[in-house]
Amino acid sequence: MRIRKRLVWTASGAALAVPVSGALASGWNMPVGVTDLSRDIHGLHMAIFWICVVIGIVVFGAFFYSLFRYRRSRGARPSHFREHTTVEVIWTIVPLLILVAIAIPATATLKAMYDTSEADMEVLITGQQWRWRYEYRGEDVAFLSNLATPREQIAGQGKKGEHYLREVDEPLVLPVGRKVRLLLTSDDVIHSWWVPELGVKQDAMPGFVNENWVRINEPGTYRGQCAELCGRDHGFMPVVVEAVAPERFDGWLAERRAAAAEAAMGLDRDWAMDELMERGEQVYGTICVSCHQPDGRGNPPVFPALAGNQTLMDDRARHIETVINGVAGSAMPAFRNTLNPVEIAAVITYERNAWGNETGDRVQPSAIAERIAE
Amino acid sequence: MASHLPPKSSTQHSQPASAGVASQAHEAPKGLKRWLLTTNHKEIGTLYLVLSLTMFFVGGLFAMVIRAELFQPGLQLVEPEFFNQMTTMHGLIMIFGAVMPAFVGLANWMVPLQIGAPDMALPRLNNFSFWLLPVAFTLLLSTFFMPGGAPNFGWTSYAPLSTTYSPPSTTFFILSLHMAGISSILGAINIIATILNLRTPGMRLMDMPLFVWTWLITAFLLIAVMPVLAGVITMMLLDINFGTSFFSAAGGGDPVLFQHLFWFFGHPEVYIMILPAFGIVSVIIPTFARKPLFGYASMVYATASIAILSFLVWSHHMFTVGLPLVAELFFMYSTMLIAVPTGVKVFNWVTTLFRGSITFEPPMLFALAFVVLFTIGGFSGLMLAISPADFQYHDTYFVVAHFHYVLVPGAVFAIMAGVYYWLPKWTGHYPNLRLSQWHFWLSVIGVNLTFFPMHFAGLAGMPRRIPDYALQFADFNMVTSLGAFLFGLSQLLFVLVVVLCVRGGEKAPAKAWEGGEDLEWTVPSPAPLHTFETPPDFQPRRH
Amino acid sequence: MSGGSYYVPASSKWPVLASLALGTMMVGTGTLLVFGMGGLPVMVIGLLAVLGVMTLWFRDVIHESRSGLYDAQMDRSFRWGMGWFIFSEVMFFAAFFGTLFYVRTFALPWLDGEGAKGVAALLWPDFTASWPLLEPPGEAVKGPHETFSPWQLPLVNTLILVSSSITLTVAHEALKEGYRDTARHWLGGTVLLGLCFITIQGFEYHEAYTHYGITLQAGIYGATFFLMTGFHGLHVIIGTLILIAILGRVLRGHFTRDDHFAFEAAAWYWHFVDVVWIGLFTFVYVF
Repeated sequence: MRIRKRLVWTASGAALAVPVSGALASGWNMPVGVTDLSRDIHGLHMAIFWICVVIGIVVFGAFFYSLFRYRRSRGARPSHFREHTTVEVIWTIVPLLILVAIAIPATATLKAMYDTSEADMEVLITGQQWRWRYEYRGEDVAFLSNLATPREQIAGQGKKGEHYLREVDEPLVLPVGRKVRLLLTSDDVIHSWWVPELGVKQDAMPGFVNENWVRINEPGTYRGQCAELCGRDHGFMPVVVEAVAPERFDGWLAERRAAAAEAAMGLDRDWAMDELMERGEQVYGTICVSCHQPDGRGNPPVFPALAGNQTLMDDRARHIETVINGVAGSAMPAFRNTLNPVEIAAVITYERNAWGNETGDRVQPSAIAERIAE
Repeated sequence: MASHLPPKSSTQHSQPASAGVASQAHEAPKGLKRWLLTTNHKEIGTLYLVLSLTMFFVGGLFAMVIRAELFQPGLQLVEPEFFNQMTTMHGLIMIFGAVMPAFVGLANWMVPLQIGAPDMALPRLNNFSFWLLPVAFTLLLSTFFMPGGAPNFGWTSYAPLSTTYSPPSTTFFILSLHMAGISSILGAINIIATILNLRTPGMRLMDMPLFVWTWLITAFLLIAVMPVLAGVITMMLLDINFGTSFFSAAGGGDPVLFQHLFWFFGHPEVYIMILPAFGIVSVIIPTFARKPLFGYASMVYATASIAILSFLVWSHHMFTVGLPLVAELFFMYSTMLIAVPTGVKVFNWVTTLFRGSITFEPPMLFALAFVVLFTIGGFSGLMLAISPADFQYHDTYFVVAHFHYVLVPGAVFAIMAGVYYWLPKWTGHYPNLRLSQWHFWLSVIGVNLTFFPMHFAGLAGMPRRIPDYALQFADFNMVTSLGAFLFGLSQLLFVLVVVLCVRGGEKAPAKAWEGGEDLEWTVPSPAPLHTFETPPDFQPRRH
Repeated sequence: MSGGSYYVPASSKWPVLASLALGTMMVGTGTLLVFGMGGLPVMVIGLLAVLGVMTLWFRDVIHESRSGLYDAQMDRSFRWGMGWFIFSEVMFFAAFFGTLFYVRTFALPWLDGEGAKGVAALLWPDFTASWPLLEPPGEAVKGPHETFSPWQLPLVNTLILVSSSITLTVAHEALKEGYRDTARHWLGGTVLLGLCFITIQGFEYHEAYTHYGITLQAGIYGATFFLMTGFHGLHVIIGTLILIAILGRVLRGHFTRDDHFAFEAAAWYWHFVDVVWIGLFTFVYVF
């Protein structure tokens, strides 16, 4: 009798398991991912999930059986037992053993996740409100990665693209098969760099550095986003990783290095107003706009207005200082290391001559470079 | 007032009226003043419950705004800035304004009645604890009207988003939280003193109903951790207004320090919101199974173990902040351990049902739903404890699903179970059965529609606290939003049931539920203003 | 348990007024900090109202107590209440001691490149951890020039506070033995010692700002220094006020040899404040 009942439960459990696992495979579940560790994590996740399912079937089975069988409307008479030491000891010990069983592989996986040694390369990932900066350490290559989804799509004008909110202007390019040590930090608040398919989520703490690592097994584009509330545009801070074959990666890196060297040129020459304004508008549109708004009116009191900001327009030195070094104790970051002198000069020029600000000032890249060198 | 003093003492204590003792029952203030000046545990309990219900709807309104914005991808109704204010205030109001005061209200009403005490140990202090809350929440809600708006950094207030980058209103948020904290500490002191000192002669600790036991342990947790919250938000206040560097590396501090202190408070806080729920359910299930609670002693020990463990698990909220490996392992193991006493509780409830004689009155329906749905929240909690997997779960909707399962069909359902259970004692009437059943079934459906899809959204990669999301999450969010609207609307039924019950309905006898064995069922329904003026006789049941 | 004459006070206006007073003080404080001086009068009014309401509330309690309305059970309620209140205060300071411990053991060494998270030194190549921290990692944060020697004023203050605990115990023993004059004198002495402590602490703060460069803004050393000594000092001030109130009651002939819980509660509080100071002296000043 009792055995037959158990068989019924097992069978119905199995019958349930088939459709459930089908559903879990198709975008309703944690992705298996493309690294050894993400597979391990997924394995742990499924193991503990099925353990919960089995316990759930037993407990809820007993629960609903009791509800059905011992209804008063069915004439059930209450018994009066209050305790049963053996049973109570068993259901304390058995869960404990199950926990030990799952803790062992979990410990091994965790240790592997923490082993950042013997990496082939290092990338420093810096979170900023609201973009990521990637620096290939020792390679002279660094760039910002901004949300590429047009604002119109967000506002509901125009059809949303396939990768809505999960597309960037410049993805992080990584080689397949190499161990990449990730160093994470932040320039302002806490962010969290997360790509589910890489099995990596790591907070970027201002003033501290966290480590993680990744070795991607398959080429492809992997998408994630910031996972720690970081202010207004927290939801608009995607992470896109492009994994490519090692040879392609080396080529790409060399190209980027050359491009960076080129960008550093032109520091010495005199830039015309038009050039500066054009470049400045571009920089403003990707960097400054999220706080200071497209019309330069900001979002006071945290994000001050630039349009019609008389204090700033009257004090050019302070304007330059603010952009280069930020304002301590406020939301304004230092852009000294984020933007190159050309970009800084251009954006300051733009801010001083847009939205009705009519100073007519031109700020030259050479002046900025000098100021930074001090 | 003399009415509640035994004849012997009232003559002995004959006082001028100004001393506030002698026969002035007829002078007791009326109307609004009665509620403002009361020292009666039942009236104060009612005040807490009314405040809690009000805040439940305020916090619920914020939730509706969140769900409306998330109904489909894109920004439709609110700005991201305001969305963040909504998530922050929803959390704060629901935790500090709805769930905690509801449990304190139930404790005020029921602890003295269940232990045969004439009132709370320190009745004036009790009223102070309550009246701090309306002032605190007025202050908190007023931040919406300040420049820069209300706090927008999540209820967890992680520095430096909550310090250097926060709106000016943050200072007011901190001060209001201080007031709510003082209220909680004083309330908890009062409850502990009542339980330890005012039990009727013959009632030993191990004779107390489990609701009293769980509250005793909860009160201890409150006194231990609310001061830590006060400490950490004071440090926030200093970082914001006085230029200190507690949470800034430039001055030698650490943002993670904030999280350690916050979660040292925050994790016990989670149990503060669930232990009294365990107590309520442990009282209701035996009543309607007509069978003693299985494993009374192990229930008490399990509750105590959970409380002790709650001081040792806080960093499991911080698995991705970059803890050293040793810490990561320690907190994973300690967190997994919590499953053991929690499991014991669930097994005991199920075994209490086994071979009982079960009926399904509204309080029982909510208690049974609690057992199942809380356990689902417990399962996801166990999954979250596995640190490597938590790197994927952390800060996603999987976590949102988890804690809403333990807080809504967990804590909130237990509160509703308690309200349905004790309404006859409070009002003298049974709640309308048909409406109560509608309320229950709509709530159960709504709650699962809301929170179950969140598991999938989270696993598929949707972070929490975002106002807009990638297209693959659209279906989950639409279902969730519809469920939330259904759940929100069904709670209007709850108000209707309560109001109708206060105004009339089927008369309830002293022992409103035939299986009710505790002392509250020995006093008339509705319970008179003063009960147990002389300590009742108590025959310990064999546990 | 008593025979059932537990005293339940009639309705009282003090709780709700206390809450409003505290709310006023909070609104004033917030306004002062965020919007400017306009908040100051509101804060002061709120503070005075809090003190006033508390005085009147306690007056009621004292009156009831002296009218013999409180029995042994009520006495136990007060004892539990005060005991748990002090426990909550212990936890309040525990958060601050935890902060100090965390910063010194973990955060600073990490920023300097030591330990499990030493990779943080990448951002602060020039930083060297030390305690007291004279040179914080960030250039913008100016550290203190030097710190106090624990063996001067802090030691004096330690001796003062420890002896005040002793004088208070003598006063208590005297009260229990019925020597009211002795109790009065030793209690008065305790109050004086408390006032001395506060004065010296005030002088030390002045020195900190003017000569040592220890300020709230001076990085984590100044922050923890003022956080911990400041909240301790606040507790000494409150404790002294309580002792003054108790002294007033003794002078009026309140308390009997075996019924003087208010005195004992004040003594518990004072000893707690003393113990916290020992912790501060050890971990903030000496080590």
